[in-house]
Amino acid sequence: MSIILDHVSYIYGKDTPLAVAALKDVSLQFPDGQFVGIIGHTGSGKSTLVQHLNGLLRASSGHIYFNGEDIYDKDFDMKKLRSRVGLVFQYPEHQLFETDVFSDVCFGPKNLGLDKREVELRAYDALRKVGLPDELFYQSPFDLSGGQKRRAAIAGVLAMKPEVLVLDEPTAGLDPKGRDEILDQVKNLQISTGMTILLVSHSMEDVAEYVDRIVVMNGGSVMYDGTPREVFRHYKELEEAGLAAPQVTYMMHRLKERGLDVDVDATTIEEAADTVMQALGRSGKQRQKS
Amino acid sequence: MGIVKTSDLVYEYIRRDEDGNVEGITTAVDKVNLDVTQGEFVAILGHNGSGKSTLAKHINAILNPTEGTVWVDGMDTSDEEKVWDVRQTAGMVFQNPDNQIIGQVVEEDVGFGPENMGIPTKEIWERVEESLRAVGMYQFRKYSPNKLSGGQKQRVSIAGVLAMHPKCIVLDEPTAMLDPSGRKEVIRAVRGLNQVEGVTVILITHYMEEIIHADRVYVMDRGKIAMEGTPKEIFSQVERLKQLRLDVPQVTLLAYELKKRGLDLPDGILTAEELADCIMRV
Repeated sequence: MSIILDHVSYIYGKDTPLAVAALKDVSLQFPDGQFVGIIGHTGSGKSTLVQHLNGLLRASSGHIYFNGEDIYDKDFDMKKLRSRVGLVFQYPEHQLFETDVFSDVCFGPKNLGLDKREVELRAYDALRKVGLPDELFYQSPFDLSGGQKRRAAIAGVLAMKPEVLVLDEPTAGLDPKGRDEILDQVKNLQISTGMTILLVSHSMEDVAEYVDRIVVMNGGSVMYDGTPREVFRHYKELEEAGLAAPQVTYMMHRLKERGLDVDVDATTIEEAADTVMQALGRSGKQRQKS
Repeated sequence: MGIVKTSDLVYEYIRRDEDGNVEGITTAVDKVNLDVTQGEFVAILGHNGSGKSTLAKHINAILNPTEGTVWVDGMDTSDEEKVWDVRQTAGMVFQNPDNQIIGQVVEEDVGFGPENMGIPTKEIWERVEESLRAVGMYQFRKYSPNKLSGGQKQRVSIAGVLAMHPKCIVLDEPTAMLDPSGRKEVIRAVRGLNQVEGVTVILITHYMEEIIHADRVYVMDRGKIAMEGTPKEIFSQVERLKQLRLDVPQVTLLAYELKKRGLDLPDGILTAEELADCIMRV
């Protein structure tokens, strides 16, 4: 059970003079339950890639398999795919439209043709999962804060009970606490439901902190694919591709240059603090978890 | 008097029902006193809904105070006859570059502002050139804006404001939608404007790293100024900032973690260089 992209290419404006290849021969596999970060500069093909996963865009060539079935097969149920792969666009709060939060979240499952009781159960469940307090359920979505609106919008997608959740820059424009809250909830979802999560992000620090695996897109192709430590080791190449390593990685390089024997592959604050304490000959192990 | 000054500024958003009856009042800015000196680089932090953007919109006379006064270069912003002068003195750059670019060609877009001001054609072109050079976008002057990356578009937006020769630029989360190199480009351009051109900068952001070079930082909470100080003073207060839903730069956070584990480090370390110095001394 997984998503497999097999030599997928996509050309915008195919057969016109303005044709642009946005994906070039991309082969990837996303096994169930993984938390994957997708990074790349603006225009590198990230959003084009994720829009293929629920059939919004159709590959110019290549195949996509969802749980072993070719999604371009004539008898493949595309509508079903859209409820199984939930896509949360950038600034999803712009898509809120109902008079209260609860009705807004009900919209998706209602369209699946479920009965009222099931729709409401799902909406309730989804709102709990994103951690929105009960007293906001019957407020107008437009009276919520930025972070709350965004969580309401994510709940709208979760209520479809997708097996795969794709989030396109879910934290853009949120304050630091709002960013942490959203990503913590997403991580909890992955752990509690075993959902596969794909996170498109411009924040290297967030990606380093939360995901199991990073796919780096550059010029429509996969540039790197590996754990955060493996990928951020190539920080110089990443910079050339318009990206960067998390700031702590740079600090570790700085310390190494100054003669301190630290692990330069550290990508999170925790790892960095541990390796600095160790290099200084003080055990970093006796810290209390806060 | 400073270039931007507010005195007990209050702004209330009034919510009305369909019949126009008042349903509720939200005080978005609550007795704020701001005093920005010409040439300063001031940062404004604050969580979503803390009133930062509402405050910023007063500096450009997009909003007028419910109570109190805002002066821009000595002009009262609620004086209707001065609105255009205020807007020329204090330019504004918003989050989404796509909403701010109207020209078909980069140089046309940048020329839009001065053209509207009735500047002679020859001088418009001079201004366009110098503004594009200031943000490092001169070589793209003949491009169509939709061929540019987010960071490049945002620098074109800044050049468009710069071409109006403002004394002050207010940037409301200019990097929120950009990738890492786009963020770097924009912040570098903004610092250049401040240091080379002497333009007063008021930068609103959620990225703590972007403001370590600011002269002064204001932190807003529930419409009020909750903290004020240099970046060092502000970022020394990790717990307080977290309570206000904010954070500190990663370098500062790492220093803070190391300190919790028993290393003797000073508070408010802002750069990797500083941290390396301090650690090597331990």
